[in-house]
Amino acid sequence: MAKIVVDVMLKPEILDPQGNAVASALPRLGFSFAKSVRQGKRFEIEVDGEPTADQLAEVEKAAEVLLSNPVIENFVVRVEK
Amino acid sequence: MRVGVITFPGTLDDRDAARAVVAGGAEAVSLWHADADLKSVDAVILPGGFSYGDYLRCGAISRFAPVMQLVIEAAGKGMPVLGICNGFQVLCESHLLPGALTRNSDLHFLCRDQEIEIVNNTTAWTSSYKTGEKIVIPLKNGEGSFQCDDLTLAMLEGEGRVIARYVGQNPNGSRNLIAGITNERGNVVGLMPHPEHAIDELTGPSAQGLGFFTSILNAMVK
Repeated sequence: MAKIVVDVMLKPEILDPQGNAVASALPRLGFSFAKSVRQGKRFEIEVDGEPTADQLAEVEKAAEVLLSNPVIENFVVRVEK
Repeated sequence: MRVGVITFPGTLDDRDAARAVVAGGAEAVSLWHADADLKSVDAVILPGGFSYGDYLRCGAISRFAPVMQLVIEAAGKGMPVLGICNGFQVLCESHLLPGALTRNSDLHFLCRDQEIEIVNNTTAWTSSYKTGEKIVIPLKNGEGSFQCDDLTLAMLEGEGRVIARYVGQNPNGSRNLIAGITNERGNVVGLMPHPEHAIDELTGPSAQGLGFFTSILNAMVK
């Protein structure tokens, strides 16, 4: 069974207070690696068998209409084995 | 005149909104999210709350409720629609208004009396106010930060479509202190703070929110 993954991230120009809060919590815990942090959403969609081109096109459409808000977010659709 | 107040699962402020409608002089008509009928209302209010638990994004699921398809259609024909707080989020998700509401910049849920300035009194919902009039009404939300791209912001400002701004310090990181906006035609208004909780000095910080609900009567008489 394959999994279609949709990653949704705030557009770079949109303020991400949650990501900023994580970025400022890291050094308090002794982690000093992060220059910045952005927080997003990940959707995992299971389909029967290998995803077809039609299914992927449908997922793209759903990502645009429902899973993301194109005003503030970008998304990427990919298949995970 | 009949003003519909929509209840989604998770809506909180429908009763106060209906009470404000009556105080303003109109008849309040309850609408349910699953209704496929607007019950011959002349205007619609989308009240505050946490419709569908704010799942996915605030207002994202409500946008697809059966009653919303009718509201979107009627708004396109000029019916006055007011979205307060969560209702504003639903209007943005429905693309009846531009932009989006995101997490407050300090991540806190805010609940306080907020001064705002009415900066456009030509809409269906703000005509009872004077331009530049300052009122104090409650602000209570976690995702009230109005965001949009530079082009949209320039359009909103250029066309005078900002209807209210926060006075003083920016409470939530909204661009240009925007508390409310309208569509091109002026019939659809979204507002983050809550005028329906400020119609009576006994229970609210003022009675200055009432103007939103009397404005709609002016709009109909014209």
